[in-house]
Amino acid sequence: MSAILVLEDGRTFRGEAYGAVGTTVGEAVFATGMTGYQETLTDPSYSHQVVVMTAPHIGNTGVNGEDDESSRMWVAGFVVRDPARRPANWRATGSLDDELVRQGVVGISGVDTRALTRHLRERGAMRVGISSEISDPDELLARVTAAETMTGADLAPGVSTDRPYVVPAVGEKRFTIAALDLGIKTATPRYLAELGVETHVLPATATAADLLAAGPDGVFLSNGPGDPAAADYAVEAVRGVLDARRPLFGICFGNQILGRALGLGTYKLRFGHRGLNQPVLDRVSNTVRVTSHNHGFAVDAPLDRATDTPYGRVEVSHVGLNDDVVEGLRCLDVPAFSVQFHPEAAAGPHDAAPLFQRFVDLMSAQRENA
Amino acid sequence: MPKRTDIEHVMVIGSGPILIGQAAEFDYSGTQACRVLKAEGLRVSLVNSNPATIMTDPGIADATYVEPLTPEFVEKVIAHERPDALLATLGGQTALNIAIGLFENGVLEKYGVQLIGADVDAINRGEDRQIFKDIVRSIGADAPRSTVCGTVEEALATAAEVGYPVVIRPSFTMGGLGSGFATDEAMLRRMAAHGLADSPVHTVLIEESVLGWKEYELELMRDRSDNVVVICSIENIDAMGVHTGDSVTVAPAMTLTDREYQQMRDVGIAVLRAVGVDTGGCNIQFAVNPVDGRLVVIEMNPRVSRSSALASKATGFPIAKIAAKLAIGYTLDEITNDITGVTPAAFEPTLDYVVVKIPRFAFEKFPGADPRLTTTMKSVGEVMSLGRNFPEALGKAMRSTETKVAGFWTGPATERSAEELLDALRVPVDGRLYLAEEALAAGATVEQVAEASGFDPWFVDQILLVHEIGVAVRDAPSLTPELLRRAKRYGLSDRQIAALRPELAGEDGVRRLRWRLGIRPVYKTVDTCAAEFAARTPYHYSSYDEENEVAPREKPAVLILGSGPNRIGQGIEFDYSCVHAVMALQDAGYEAVMVNCNPETVSTDYDTADRLYFEPLTFEDVLEVVEAERAAGPVAGVICTLGGQTPLALAQRLKDAGVPVLGTSPESIDDAEHRGAFSRVLHDTGLLAPKHGMATTFAEAREIAAGIGYPVLVRPSYVLGGRGMEIVYDDATLEAYIAKATEVSPEHPVLVDRFLEDAVEVDVDALYDGTELYLGGVMEHIEEAGIHSGDSSCALPPITLGSADLLAIRAATEKLAARIGVRGLLNVQYAVKDDLLYVLEANPRASRTVPFVSKATAVQLAKAAARIAVGETIAGLRAAGVLPATGDGTDLPDDAPIAVKEAVLPFHRFRTEEGHGVDTVLGPEMKSTGEVMGLDSEFGRAFAKSQAAAYGSLPTEGTVFVSLANRDKRSAVFPIKRLADLGFRVLATTGTAQVLRRNGVHCEVVGKFSDGPGNCVERILDGEVDIVVNTPFGSPGNSGPRLDGYEIRTAAVAANIPCITTVQGMAAAVQGIEALRRGDIGVRSLQDVHRALLATRGTA
Ligand SMILES: Nc1ncnc2c1ncn2[C@@H]1O[C@H](COP(=O)(O)OP(=O)(O)O)[C@@H](O)[C@H]1O
Ligand SMILES: Nc1ncnc2c1ncn2[C@@H]1O[C@H](COP(=O)(O)OP(=O)(O)O)[C@@H](O)[C@H]1O
Ligand SMILES: [Mg+2]
Ligand SMILES: [Mg+2]
Repeated sequence: MSAILVLEDGRTFRGEAYGAVGTTVGEAVFATGMTGYQETLTDPSYSHQVVVMTAPHIGNTGVNGEDDESSRMWVAGFVVRDPARRPANWRATGSLDDELVRQGVVGISGVDTRALTRHLRERGAMRVGISSEISDPDELLARVTAAETMTGADLAPGVSTDRPYVVPAVGEKRFTIAALDLGIKTATPRYLAELGVETHVLPATATAADLLAAGPDGVFLSNGPGDPAAADYAVEAVRGVLDARRPLFGICFGNQILGRALGLGTYKLRFGHRGLNQPVLDRVSNTVRVTSHNHGFAVDAPLDRATDTPYGRVEVSHVGLNDDVVEGLRCLDVPAFSVQFHPEAAAGPHDAAPLFQRFVDLMSAQRENA
Repeated sequence: MPKRTDIEHVMVIGSGPILIGQAAEFDYSGTQACRVLKAEGLRVSLVNSNPATIMTDPGIADATYVEPLTPEFVEKVIAHERPDALLATLGGQTALNIAIGLFENGVLEKYGVQLIGADVDAINRGEDRQIFKDIVRSIGADAPRSTVCGTVEEALATAAEVGYPVVIRPSFTMGGLGSGFATDEAMLRRMAAHGLADSPVHTVLIEESVLGWKEYELELMRDRSDNVVVICSIENIDAMGVHTGDSVTVAPAMTLTDREYQQMRDVGIAVLRAVGVDTGGCNIQFAVNPVDGRLVVIEMNPRVSRSSALASKATGFPIAKIAAKLAIGYTLDEITNDITGVTPAAFEPTLDYVVVKIPRFAFEKFPGADPRLTTTMKSVGEVMSLGRNFPEALGKAMRSTETKVAGFWTGPATERSAEELLDALRVPVDGRLYLAEEALAAGATVEQVAEASGFDPWFVDQILLVHEIGVAVRDAPSLTPELLRRAKRYGLSDRQIAALRPELAGEDGVRRLRWRLGIRPVYKTVDTCAAEFAARTPYHYSSYDEENEVAPREKPAVLILGSGPNRIGQGIEFDYSCVHAVMALQDAGYEAVMVNCNPETVSTDYDTADRLYFEPLTFEDVLEVVEAERAAGPVAGVICTLGGQTPLALAQRLKDAGVPVLGTSPESIDDAEHRGAFSRVLHDTGLLAPKHGMATTFAEAREIAAGIGYPVLVRPSYVLGGRGMEIVYDDATLEAYIAKATEVSPEHPVLVDRFLEDAVEVDVDALYDGTELYLGGVMEHIEEAGIHSGDSSCALPPITLGSADLLAIRAATEKLAARIGVRGLLNVQYAVKDDLLYVLEANPRASRTVPFVSKATAVQLAKAAARIAVGETIAGLRAAGVLPATGDGTDLPDDAPIAVKEAVLPFHRFRTEEGHGVDTVLGPEMKSTGEVMGLDSEFGRAFAKSQAAAYGSLPTEGTVFVSLANRDKRSAVFPIKRLADLGFRVLATTGTAQVLRRNGVHCEVVGKFSDGPGNCVERILDGEVDIVVNTPFGSPGNSGPRLDGYEIRTAAVAANIPCITTVQGMAAAVQGIEALRRGDIGVRSLQDVHRALLATRGTA
């Protein structure tokens, strides 16, 4: 069955229906990872986004019960060039195609994904529609232009858990933390659990009081979708945590929320960073880490000097080497730090995993002092 | 960290002659390294004995030593150059072993030279398989169980412990030399013995077999701030058990989830750190159990490897170049990625296409060699192709290999049943992908094929997909545009489609239809980042996709067609000429556009030409590139005469398709290549050729033979490297030959020539522009005619020919060039017999010897040829300083140094199914994989150097064993006597001994092989003999003297001692030995030699 893809600026691609039959709209973004499509599809940060995979062969290893990063697939749509006809991997429990159908993810295959990627690179991320029902591009274009834009979108509550839950530590429990679920991936509590951390996951709208209620050793801010400028509730909560001088660690969206809580601005990148090969300079250790990225927004802070904030000085601890984007913040006067990339990887390299240890160290240091 | 300030002069060691397992890729990496170091303002000195390389061009390093790669000679160079540092990680195993040698014998310390790139301890940790395994386990990873054994008995004990089959791997060898599987004790005894001999340290590893597991490779880089990146992952379609060099491989890995891939990446990085490769590239191999995912580490190469070259071409990330920068102190984040120009090299390339590599074999050259693929690498070359999906890349790769079949359905259909095909699939051999498709066609399931072949089901399913498309194309009532487009998207060539649809009037018919329907390829760009950033380098590959990325152009373009996969008879020498053409055309104001499919070469480096198209060298693919470039700007034409036979064979069709073919015209090419036309050329020029005729049946052949008299030389027409050529002494053998020369037909007759016995063969490379001839050089072969020019050693300037001969040769060459209509290079082979000059053949193209001649005479022939192709004259080129102002290769100054070319033969890599060596006798069919050059002021020294470079030094004392054919006995007396006088002990077989004794040479008689115990073969194997002289005699067969000869020669190879098979070679060796005994052999840089030469010829 044939399908069409229409971009906000009118550019149209034709291909075959892939996954669920239907029509969908969202923000078109490209992801350059060569592995990890299952993690990508189930990453809540991709909510409301139509993901274009630049790797041509998708679905080769099928799907399995272990690699989901959340309870379901979140992408608004999926664009690939050559879907696998059969899964081939000893862990596979089914084919990707069937799973997309089961979860109602509308996709399109057989398009020149490189041409589409180059277009988005030049023109920037934009809204897009995919349909295997509508054959008239103009009709689909109308739907696309009617859809909401990513700028100003508050999406975290939509992907967050609605009731709190606990992920126990593996082995002896050393710390308890409260995690603000703005779209958390399962890999994050898994890493923390390995370090003896028990994670209390709370809904996106949890207040500082909720976060501190259980008297945790630290607070964690997860990754998540949408425009950080639209998540004032989270910013408020974080300010409360900072006032309490409780060790705080944020990832991705969490990095942007911390930034805003400190009074820094955030802005939308032209086409964002979405890949598993992004070099980030850790300015403290002066080493380069190859990291997993998925962000369309970034924090606006001076690279050359520390900035004074209501919570004391903050400096840019990590910088993206490809384009000098702020990739991490470190507070010098309060026990808080955050990174824009994904130390929990999934999908992606594990180079940045030690950052979880850094969070743990921060909590133990706090304990000593107390 | 910025560049180190303590290093001002770096010495680079190359990899020497092209061998199986160590080929042109090290010219590519070495050339990159030298360029980088020079650009950084360092003095670069280089040692490499291989003249056919770009890296040994005088312009690449500051001081280039074409000297033997032995510790002795390299020490001489160090003493002369006094470098601060030695970079040995870019010259393959050869360079690495020499570096270790120089470290251990204290030379590096003595001259205060530090090793950069990898320190000796790291090299040892990486290369010593047992230490390496311990490291792997120490970081919590897994490796196959094994023990290092120093004796056959230990080996047997270990095998008993881990259980058969076991893998045997000699320590410190490259390309799996001497390794293999032993399924039982007898086999293990034999293989362990060979293995212990092959290992420089005389130990072998006996290892648990993980046969049939999935095999992967990672290419990693590390800098001195401990930043590590993975450049590329490579998945082998052939499972564990087939050497990666012989496997069909794919990049990136296709069948790993992120978890498994990251685990592999973590282990790789941990291993790299633990081994402690301080800076540079390294390659790590893994095996994965397809059933449960168990991951084991197989080996690591702590240096730039063949796979690094492949990974560089596959990703656009120049590993060798970056490795060189890291070695002098830079860190990855300080180096920019050339391709984007804005992002740093500290990242991991991501691909939005699929890369397929297919090896190229040469079993037909080694009758009796076991064609089964195992842990010993046997391929002589490889092709790479890129596509937007696996089937597209696969289809291109299959037609790039230039074997008889060019993709599925282009060969004769098989009658075999699914069962037979599945059985066949169980034995790894070349071309199993074809078998897989045939098995699926015959009704086998994906599971069955996967089980039998060990290929991952995903790959088998992709082959099934191509098969299904083939069926659809074949069975469709009419070939609709949709179906045709679909077929092209999945890599079917016009030729394949034509094979499936006979009514379309062949390949041309398919193309006409395709063009009418506007179904054309677009060209994508290799950019290291899947289009995340704009690419500045026009490194393109074709795909039947939507958007074309070829940029418009003002300057006129010239397309240079490369030589495709390296193979015996067509190797790196042709890439050398192509690269020179690129440089020359850029100088002349053209945009040089390179088309080639060989990842090992300098020509396929993205910054060699202005534009690179990584495409198969078939008519269809080349024509589409031409059309794409025409759409981008003016195209002056295509050069087909520099890449060997491959592009030459395309010239006529390209011209017929309206493409301007530059240089010698296709018609002229045919005049020289086609025997019938060439006899007319000879007749018109009044030149002499051996009597000959053409036959399509045995009867005809016998008549011709009777007419010209035996021995005769028989061969199929239109071949390179003397394919299928034999010297025949009688009717019986002639009949046998015709019988097995299957393709004999009116179109492909058999050529029967009078065989000129004891003739001196001469090779000539010349330039012609329509009016003037520039004779580049005359090479006199050391072996008599009958040994293929590619296999015989030769000297330049000629050592016995007088100026009268030279003038005759010059005159004859000029006549030929004029009559053929050459515009560029012409290679002629002559034989001089009884003062008569016979023309053996003329090749109106760059020859194998062009780089050798260019380096020996300081004249860049290929550059001149390219300029002539675009209309310049020799007079003009003399004026422009491209050619000497006066004179040519026939009037070299008397004090010009003597250059000796020696061929390198791969016999030791091949064994018969019974595990026996293959015969090493030379003949008219070429068998060498590469060559070396010995350069010195006098022949003896130059020859000694060439031998040292090719086989390790000639002995200066000890025992010589001699067994000669009757016809050789007289002429051999003198040189043998000389050896005896020099104090050599002489052993000889009865007949030979008689003659020697009568001539006053004291010698000891030893029994022939057939005489049983205590015979010569045993004594050679016992290491009692230092040099063997055996000239073959008797007719080919498996009995009598021939067999004795065979046993003697293979024993010599096994004992790894020089084995001389011609009297002329013998005489040369004696001169070499004398020179060595005088012990006054020095080294001299090519730049120095050239300065002296040019001074005498009025060119700056
Ligand atoms: N334990 C083993 N079991 C089965 N096959 C093996 C084993 N070890 C190596 N091989 C095969 O032999 C090939 C060559 O071995 P390798 O260690 O890579 O030596 P080399 O130094 O020649 O590359 C590998 O590519 C792999 O296919
Ligand atoms: N008539 C002949 N007599 C003696 N040797 C010959 C004769 N013709 C060819 N040869 C030998 O065979 C080799 C290969 O023949 P050639 O015509 O050069 O084929 P190729 O095209 O493979 O180079 C030559 O290098 C020469 O040594
Ligand atoms: Mg290997
Ligand atoms: Mg020849």
